[in-house]
Amino acid sequence: MKPILEVNNLTMDFGGLRAIDHLNISINKGEIAALIGPNGAGKTTFFNCITGIYTPTGGDICISPDGGTKERINGLKPNVVTRKGLARTFQNIRLFNSMTVLENVMIGCHPVTKSGVLGAIFRTRATQAEEKLIVERSYAILEKIGLEMYVNELAVNLPYGAQRRLEIARAMATDPFLLLLDEPAAGMNPQETLELDELIIKLRDEDKVSILLIEHDMKLVMSLSDNIHVVDYGKKIAEGGPEEIRNNPLVIKAYLGEEIDA
Amino acid sequence: MIVNTEIKKSFLASAWFMFLTFPIMVIKVNTVSDTIEWRWMNMVGVGVGAFFLSMLWRYLLVKKEMGGKKEKTDKPSLLQTVLGQRRFAIPALVILGIFTLVFPHLFSMYQTNIMISALIYVMLGLGLNIVVGLAGLLDLGYVAFFAVGAYSYALLNLHFGMTFWVGLPLGGLLAGCFGLILGYPVLRLRGDYLAIVTLGFGEIIRLVLENWNEFSYGPSGIANIPKPSLFGLDLSLDHKTIYLFYILVALVIFTIFVINRLQDSRIGRAWIALKDDEIACQAMGIDKAKTKLRAFALGATWAGMGGVIFAAKTTFINPASFTIWESVIILCTVVLGGMGSISGVIAGALLLILLPEYLRDFGEFRMITFGTVLVLMMVFRPGGIVENVRKTYTFKR
Repeated sequence: MKPILEVNNLTMDFGGLRAIDHLNISINKGEIAALIGPNGAGKTTFFNCITGIYTPTGGDICISPDGGTKERINGLKPNVVTRKGLARTFQNIRLFNSMTVLENVMIGCHPVTKSGVLGAIFRTRATQAEEKLIVERSYAILEKIGLEMYVNELAVNLPYGAQRRLEIARAMATDPFLLLLDEPAAGMNPQETLELDELIIKLRDEDKVSILLIEHDMKLVMSLSDNIHVVDYGKKIAEGGPEEIRNNPLVIKAYLGEEIDA
Repeated sequence: MIVNTEIKKSFLASAWFMFLTFPIMVIKVNTVSDTIEWRWMNMVGVGVGAFFLSMLWRYLLVKKEMGGKKEKTDKPSLLQTVLGQRRFAIPALVILGIFTLVFPHLFSMYQTNIMISALIYVMLGLGLNIVVGLAGLLDLGYVAFFAVGAYSYALLNLHFGMTFWVGLPLGGLLAGCFGLILGYPVLRLRGDYLAIVTLGFGEIIRLVLENWNEFSYGPSGIANIPKPSLFGLDLSLDHKTIYLFYILVALVIFTIFVINRLQDSRIGRAWIALKDDEIACQAMGIDKAKTKLRAFALGATWAGMGGVIFAAKTTFINPASFTIWESVIILCTVVLGGMGSISGVIAGALLLILLPEYLRDFGEFRMITFGTVLVLMMVFRPGGIVENVRKTYTFKR
C-alpha cells in the first residue's frame, strides 16, 4: 500500500536548537497512527511543520491523497495545506470564541466553498444555494460528532470536552483526507475519553479519513492505533504496533529513564 | 464590614483630592490688596463632592460585579428582543423612515447640517466597523482614506470638472486602492503594532496634503467644491442641503444593507474568525492576506465615499479637517456603539457627534462630559451600547 503522507529526513532548527532531527514517518490510507514521546520531544513542532505553520529547515513532506503522484508540500502556507486536505486540531484549544458552534463549523467549510464579496452583497442564487449547503453540511457534521444540541451556543460557553470535539468537527468540515489531532483527550474525563475513542474510529470508518494523533493517554493510544511512532529529542526511536511499542526497551528508557546497575 | 471599608476608601480619596486641589481651590492671592484669601468653603465642597462621587463609583462597581455573577449568558438586551419581533420592528422602522424623510422640513437648516455631519460619521463608523469590529484590525489612520476621498473629488472637480455623481464612486475606488496600499505592508502586523503603523500612515497622508502645495494647494485648501446637482436644476442653498441630506440617507441605508449582508456571509465569517484566532483561521484554509486586504479595501472605500460627501457638504476642504482626532472619534463611535453591531455603531455615531453639538451651551464642560461618558461606558458596558448578537439558525429536526 502506498502511503498518503510521507515525511523524509524532516529537520527543524530553531537557532541552535534542533527540535526535529531527520525524522521519517509515513502514514497509510485508512490508518490510525499515533505520535508519542515525552514532553518536548518535538511532536507539536512536527505538526506545525506539516501544516505549514513552520517552514522546515530540511527534508521532504509529500502527500498523495489518492495514492497517485506525490506532491511536496514543504513551506506552503497553512491555508494552502488545509486546502490540500490536511486538517488539524490544536493542543491548546483554538476555537472562534465569539462565534456560535455552528458558525465555527461553517468556517471549516471555507476551503470547499467560494462565494465572494459581490456574491454576498447581491445575494445571488449561487451564493444562497452555497450558504444553504454550508449550513446543512455543518449541521450534519455536528450531528455526527454529537454536538447538535449546542448549535446556537457560543463556542466559548461549551464544556471542555465539547470544545475539544468541536475542534474535530471544525477540522472535519474542511474535508480532509488526513486528520491531525494534537492531544485530543487532554483534560477529558474517562467517560469523555471513551466517547472520543469511538468517535475517532467512526470518523475513520465512515468518512474514510486517516488519522494521526499526538496523545499522552497511553490507554487511548494503545487501543486506537494501528501504528505508533515514538519520538524523543526530535529523533524517531521506535515504530510499530501497540504490543511492539509497549515492550520496546528504547521506549521504556525514553519514558522512564535508564536502569542503573547496582 | 464591606460598607465600612468602602467608606474608609472614599474618605481617603476625598482627603487626597482636598490635598491635591488645595493650592488652586483654596489659596487665592488678591493682587489688589496684596493679601491671601483662604477659601475654606471650596475645600469642603471638593471634599464632599469627591466623597460622594467615590461612593457612587464604588457602589456601581459592586453592583456590576454582582450582576456579572448572576448572568453570564449573552442574552440580548430588552431593546433587542423588542426590535427582534416583527410586529414591533416594522412600525418602528416605518416611524423612523417617516421621521427621516420629514426631518429637514421640520427642523432648521442648522439642524439639518448637523444631521448631515452625524450621518457622514455613521457611514465612516460603519466602514471602520468592517475593519475593526469584524476583522479585528485596529486602524488608527482611518481618516487618511476619508481625506483621500475628499481630495479626489475636490481635485477631479477642479481639474476635470467631474460632477459629484462621478466623484462619489471614483473617490470610493481611489480610497479603496489606498486601503490596499496600506494593507499590503501591514499584513504581518497585528494589535498594537498595526495600530502604530496605521497611525503613521494617517499622519503621512495629512502631511503630504499639507506640504505638497502644487498638488493639494497646501494648508490653504481647496474652495468652491460644488454640491451635488439634481438633473442640472438650479437649486437654492437650502434645497441643495436638503438634497444632500437625502442622498446621504440613501447612502447610509445602502451601507447598512451591504454590511448586513456581508457580516453573515462566508466573507464576514472569515473576518470574525480572523479576529478571534489568526492561526486557527489559517488552519481552516482561510487566506489571511486576502481576507485582511478585503477588509482594509472595503472599509477604505466607505471612508472615501464619506470623504466625497464631506467635501460636497462643506464646499471647502483643507488638511486641518483630517487630523488624528477624527480617526479617534470614528474609532470611538465603533467601540462605544458596540464592535461589529450595525445598530450599535449607528447609535454610537449619532451620540458622539450630536451630543457635543447640543452641549455647546455648556461651553468648556462639554468635552469633560464627553470624556466622562466614554470612561463610564467602557467601565460599565464594555460591549458597547448595542452588543453584537450572532445569528441563530433553526433546524426542524
